[in-house]
Amino acid sequence: MSSCSKRCKLGFVKFAQTIFKLITGTLSKDKIEDELEMTMVCYRPEGLEQLEAQTNFTKRELQVLYRGFKNECPSGAVNEETFKQIYAQFFPHGDASMYAHYLFHAFDTTQTGSVKFEDFVTALSILLRGTVHEKLRWTFNLYDINKDGYINKEEMMDIVKAIYDMMGKYTYPVLKEDTPRQHVDVFFQKMDKNKDGIVTLDEFLESCQEDDNIMRSLQLFQNVM
Amino acid sequence: MALGTEEGEDSRNHLPVISPLGTASDTFLWWFQGVAELTPSWCAEWLRSGRPRAGVTMAAGVAAWLPFARAAAIGWMPVANCPMPLAPADKNKRQDELIVLNVSGRRFQTWRTTLERYPDTLLGSTEKEFFFNEDTKEYFFDRDPEVFRCVLNFYRTGKLHYPRYECISAYDDELAFYGILPEIIGDCCYEEYKDRKRENAERLMDDNDSENNQESMPSLSFRQTMWRAFENPHTSTLALVFYYVTGFFIAVSVITNVVETVPCGTVPGSKELPCGERYSVAFFCLDTACVMIFTVEYLLRLFAAPSRYRFIRSVMSIIDVVAIMPYYIGLVMTNNEDVSGAFVTLRVFRVFRIFKFSRHSQGLRILGYTLKSCASELGFLLFSLTMAIIIFATVMFYAEKGSSASKFTSIPASFWYTIVTMTTLGYGDMVPKTIAGKIFGSICSLSGVLVIALPVPVIVSNFSRIYHQNQRADKRRAQKKARLARIRVAKTGSSNAYLHSKRNGLLNEALELMGTPEEEHMGKTASLIESQHHHLLHCLEKTTGLSYLVDDPLLSVRTSTIKNHEFIDEQMFEQNCMESSMQNYPSTRSPSLSSHPGLTTTCCSRRSKKTTHLPNSNLPATRLRSMQELSTIHIQGSEQPSLTTSRSSLNLKADDGLRPNCKTSQITTAIISIPTPPALTPEGESRPPPASPGPNTNIPSIASNVVKVSAL
Repeated sequence: MSSCSKRCKLGFVKFAQTIFKLITGTLSKDKIEDELEMTMVCYRPEGLEQLEAQTNFTKRELQVLYRGFKNECPSGAVNEETFKQIYAQFFPHGDASMYAHYLFHAFDTTQTGSVKFEDFVTALSILLRGTVHEKLRWTFNLYDINKDGYINKEEMMDIVKAIYDMMGKYTYPVLKEDTPRQHVDVFFQKMDKNKDGIVTLDEFLESCQEDDNIMRSLQLFQNVM
Repeated sequence: MALGTEEGEDSRNHLPVISPLGTASDTFLWWFQGVAELTPSWCAEWLRSGRPRAGVTMAAGVAAWLPFARAAAIGWMPVANCPMPLAPADKNKRQDELIVLNVSGRRFQTWRTTLERYPDTLLGSTEKEFFFNEDTKEYFFDRDPEVFRCVLNFYRTGKLHYPRYECISAYDDELAFYGILPEIIGDCCYEEYKDRKRENAERLMDDNDSENNQESMPSLSFRQTMWRAFENPHTSTLALVFYYVTGFFIAVSVITNVVETVPCGTVPGSKELPCGERYSVAFFCLDTACVMIFTVEYLLRLFAAPSRYRFIRSVMSIIDVVAIMPYYIGLVMTNNEDVSGAFVTLRVFRVFRIFKFSRHSQGLRILGYTLKSCASELGFLLFSLTMAIIIFATVMFYAEKGSSASKFTSIPASFWYTIVTMTTLGYGDMVPKTIAGKIFGSICSLSGVLVIALPVPVIVSNFSRIYHQNQRADKRRAQKKARLARIRVAKTGSSNAYLHSKRNGLLNEALELMGTPEEEHMGKTASLIESQHHHLLHCLEKTTGLSYLVDDPLLSVRTSTIKNHEFIDEQMFEQNCMESSMQNYPSTRSPSLSSHPGLTTTCCSRRSKKTTHLPNSNLPATRLRSMQELSTIHIQGSEQPSLTTSRSSLNLKADDGLRPNCKTSQITTAIISIPTPPALTPEGESRPPPASPGPNTNIPSIASNVVKVSAL
């Protein structure tokens, strides 16, 4: 009963406020002002020298990267929605949102919900300029969705399905229902050395280093920057 | 996002919504807002659907994130079963550099990669290399720096904006130059751009239309002339007469219809009669006459119309038919009791004759056009009024049901009260008596004012726009004549310039042959472009063997050796001479010989720098004689009538006055022949000129040379 009367009181107060605003003519102004305040938060990265020290990029490369980053996200941080949109534009035929989601969480190491420039550049540094070991470790981190240190079959299924989703519906040959599953089985056969159903980091590193294809393809994007 | 978000659009069309507070009118307002909210978004969507979404393959900001996307592809590698394709090599991998763009002195700087975001434009492709200035190591564009600012911002932000202060055609030109499609203009500026473009197109179309109308088409069939006469009464007097006559008869007919019903005084022994019945014969005759005229007019229009089917379907013709039909139907039908009621009704249609005035009045036409263009607003007004009427009528009926002897007998009966109240008429024949009825009645009148006042400004602004457009069109038409005249004068001026400089050029060639290099170029110092243009025209003349003869029979004489093109229209010549004399042009062509001494005076007297006043009357005769002889000698094969030669000689004579230097004048005269210095012109006249050689010994050779030169 007390909660009801409290709610009634609240409602009555709100109603009185609305009437007052109606009379004075300021009924609709507040919303816009509130919204404005929210969007003015801005993140700034640390200095250029520090970033240069932390990553494998030169100053110039950092400058170029930051210019592109700032152009797209003037507030200094990318949230997941924007991340998804940016990534989706490279794959117009399919649905890249799930893979972008996993990517976002791989970039966002501190799990804050937004990727700042430092996170962005750190990840890029690993991917483009890092050692093979670092790259593989990063990839493991990407596959490990719940970040528990192990990849199990469900996680792998999600990842593989997300990758196949990026292709879209109109492919040749047409994607069959169990192709992702088969793909995951092949992967697990290769990676899971002790056949316990999960892949640890060491197993992953070992298996990848044995595979020449993977080794070669990791070097593919050396000259991206 | 450079490519534009879909989610942003809804928030843009969002109007502030007042939550329904319970009263009828507020509910109505809330509903109204909802409708209004829906319409713009639908409209906006429809507007936007036709445009291509960012005509570039990938927008600016996205290209910057490509390295990130490629790097993220490493995540697929362990999953992949087959080897990856080779990456494309970045052959000319340059460090990103600043480019300086110098646009009419204003320097803009940007990164090279910024420009390369849109490779299918001028700045993004190698096309800009054509504008590279080696000395200053910058790209120089001789264009408007203000518009360039917008263009460069497009590269930077991916959004093209349209500055409102800029002229729409200038902006379009700049966009075309830089290779950017106007469709890429961002949503914020697109509607404004389209509006301005449409306005401009309408204006140009207006101009073209009026231009086409003004052109006198050479040969029109009788039918076409008649149609033109009907559509534009100002083309001929007959059309004007017809126009006024029909107008008069329309007025007569309307007044007749009105006066017919006025009570006209009593005939002794009976009650008061309307005039129509008292003087029925007179009114019948008037009516017949008017209908005859209208019928004839309609049939004539039908005959003259270029497309009869379309004419029959047009509004004006329907009005015509409706105006005259009652009469004929009345003739056909007998005075039967059954159909007389219908016959009376038909007479009402006679009032449609007043609409025939819209052919005569532009204001009426504008009003009609406005109403047509505001059809949606009017429809909305009607619809919302109807809803309001129904609501209030219902409410009033139930409110007044209780009171005794209430006039609100049914809901439809209450409609009348609601309409009268909402339009603030308030006849007072139906008045609520209960308190509830009075409350709702007052709410009804308040909301009526609001509902009616809302669409009215839209209609007013439409009317104002159309009215001003019409006024502008009329003004432009009035100014057109003066403009065209001025343009024509300028055109003849330029052709005169050519002909004048041609003569100059010939003289200069003669001078060079003579070997007097210190001789300056006579007359106006033509710019390099002008002289090149004239040289071009001269080459054309030489190629074809024809010559421009607008004004100069002198030059035309020369061509007569090859072709006969000099039978110039004397009238045209005079006219041109008159026009040319109007300009501040130092050398005009001499006037024609034909009995217009007045012209001679003007031309010659204008050139009276020399103090000698030529006795004009004597001039022609002597010249004629002298010229005749010489021309035959010097210009072989000329079958020219002496008239032209003498004109040409006059021409040249007149020009002598311009030459301050004696030497040149001598040569000039030698060309055609009178070998006299300009200052001594009268003497030269009196002296019968020697056959070909003049006092100067070297003249004959020069003359022959010159003749060679002159003979086109």
